[in-house]
Amino acid sequence: MKLHTLSVLVEDRSGVLARVASLLARRGFNIHSLAVGPTADVGMSRMTIVVVADELEQVKKQLHKLINVIKITELDPNFALEREIALVRVSVAAGKRGEILEVATIFKSIAVDVGANSITFQVTGTPAKINDFLELIRPYGIIDLVKSGRIAITREPKARKLRATG
Amino acid sequence: MTTISGAQSLIKALEHEGVDVAFGVPGGAILPTYDPIMDASFRHVLARHEQGAGHMAQGYAWATGRVGVCIATSGPGATNLVTPLADALMDSVPVVAVTGQVSTFAVGNDAFQEAYTTGITMPATKHNYFVTDVDDIPQVVHEAFHIASTGRPGPVLIDVPKDVQNATTTWRDPEPIRLAGYKPTLDPHPRRIAEAVDMIEHAERPVLYIGGGIIKAEASDVLTRFANLSHAPVVTTLMGRGAIPDSHPNVLGMPGMHGVYAATTAMQKADLLVAIGVRFDDRVTGDPDAFAPFARVIHADIDPAEIGKVRKAEVPIVGDAGHVLKAMVDAWGDRETPARTKWWETIRDWQENYPLRYDQSPDGPIKPQYVVEELNRITGGDAIVVSGVGQHQMWGSLHWKFEKPRTWINSGGLGTMGFAVPAAVGAKVGMPGELVYAIDGDGCFQMTFQELITASIEKIPIKVAVFNNAAHGMVRQWQRLFYNERFSASELGEGVPDYVMLAESLGCAGLRATTPGEVPDVIERSLEINDRPVVVEFKVDRDEMVFPMVPAGGSNDRIITGPEEL
Repeated sequence: MKLHTLSVLVEDRSGVLARVASLLARRGFNIHSLAVGPTADVGMSRMTIVVVADELEQVKKQLHKLINVIKITELDPNFALEREIALVRVSVAAGKRGEILEVATIFKSIAVDVGANSITFQVTGTPAKINDFLELIRPYGIIDLVKSGRIAITREPKARKLRATG
Repeated sequence: MTTISGAQSLIKALEHEGVDVAFGVPGGAILPTYDPIMDASFRHVLARHEQGAGHMAQGYAWATGRVGVCIATSGPGATNLVTPLADALMDSVPVVAVTGQVSTFAVGNDAFQEAYTTGITMPATKHNYFVTDVDDIPQVVHEAFHIASTGRPGPVLIDVPKDVQNATTTWRDPEPIRLAGYKPTLDPHPRRIAEAVDMIEHAERPVLYIGGGIIKAEASDVLTRFANLSHAPVVTTLMGRGAIPDSHPNVLGMPGMHGVYAATTAMQKADLLVAIGVRFDDRVTGDPDAFAPFARVIHADIDPAEIGKVRKAEVPIVGDAGHVLKAMVDAWGDRETPARTKWWETIRDWQENYPLRYDQSPDGPIKPQYVVEELNRITGGDAIVVSGVGQHQMWGSLHWKFEKPRTWINSGGLGTMGFAVPAAVGAKVGMPGELVYAIDGDGCFQMTFQELITASIEKIPIKVAVFNNAAHGMVRQWQRLFYNERFSASELGEGVPDYVMLAESLGCAGLRATTPGEVPDVIERSLEINDRPVVVEFKVDRDEMVFPMVPAGGSNDRIITGPEEL
């Protein structure tokens, strides 16, 4: 099954998140990640939902039946910007500190907390970049990891055209 | 401006929506609202159980086409409404439920009679509201009625905390509906209609697969016109019975698990299914992979989520069934009506060779099918028939000849036993001039018969035929067929209750037929009593089974038409 990213514009009412989550669960769709926050429009929120599904038609149609759901867009990763943020605490053995910081620099990851035995990194970027970073530091020993869930936005149409032709 | 309470605002809002009756049960958290109900312009019918109130609202909505209203208190009052709400959601019945809630400051504290009503009913309603601002009441009620009655109809619940009912407000007429996320599509796309009509014209073996959507859209006349123009056979689902008169020569009857052989088989052999206001329910399709294997599909529905949910549609049409059929009639224009001679010959052969059948011997036990046919004959078919769920429901649907929409009321999708008595009460309140006859099983009857007290006290003279086989008949049938006749927990015991005495004690007339010869007479007598509800017990053959039958999940190609084929 594939991961699909849905950008869902909803009315900012209490219980909307519960409605969306309950509907997806009831219809048997698996949520990979879900991020929600306000938009520039007062009274509107945007949910970025990554669902695991073979086929997205039913998910979209069922979500549309919720009265508080205004608009649903399936984002094509080629024409959208997708970002995650991760906080990861890595154990640092004596003498390995410089090596880890070097890897982090390449990924533009910031050390946000440095202790005697561990460093906590903040890394932002595409899900792929974050996974790559995590793979590289995994051998040092990941003590704790937390991810934000994916947020996404479509690119400006003109830029999209250039990308498509070039 | 005069200040009023939230409760008064709520009642005024219901009046503003044109409500003429509400069914309900009072309780602590809804008490403030029950006070102004005494002065309301609409009638209140005090049900004996909130489930009864909910089914009454459904029966009212089915019979009249208007929104049914039910009222309950918080906690157990609200949870008792969950079954009727889920039922109304499955069968697309417009219902508005109003529930009391504990005061806002107590919400979330496990207060007395507190339940998370909006959370519990979220998957059982089309939409629900939790009112926190007393000034919102008129608008919320207006939206609730709009959502319940438009698009694909369904239940909407409004949960109102007690302090909000007691708060003061001033009445303001609701504003026009503006719901950014809710705009049902009524008019179909013309190109799709053109495509569909071309396909129907040129199909060799088309079938119009017709469901409850036609009845909700009040599209019976235009359906009949299109059936005439296209000369296509019509099957009507359990929800769609009466959408087109059974006496119309194109009508084959109900398809599916207990469908008429010709109806089910026509779909299996069809090269085109024209599905309108239906949802390819598993009781219709059987094994979906083996269902209508040669057919291309035109699927029209007001709910886009139904199109392609079970079966891929070559021509998907989103729209109101009435608008769709009107557009199809227009697009048909002056095309010739196809003869479809070979197709009709084949269908007439099936009808002749595999009719519905049962064997009523004059001195044997009463056959339930015979009772349905006698009821149909003696009433002249001029009745609203309401049923519960099980064997009696299938016999009612199969053996009654439905000539008009909104004359067959039952629980289809959810299959709620006990639906008949309260739904009949609601139907009779909505259509007091009509004969309302419930066909019920004894198992179903025992779940909700207390609403006959409501019917007696409130002078709602319904009639209830109880098919007494001292068993959960459909369960027993399955146990006979698939569980080696081990009748686990399906036998209700003989002789108790005494239905005649029970009926009398509830303020109803009680009648009984134990032999076939008594059947017509007892029906005649039931029609003569109109000053109180009537319960007629028919002691029916407990071994009678519903046929035709396709075992669950099986292919609709393998229909068992009678007991000798087992």
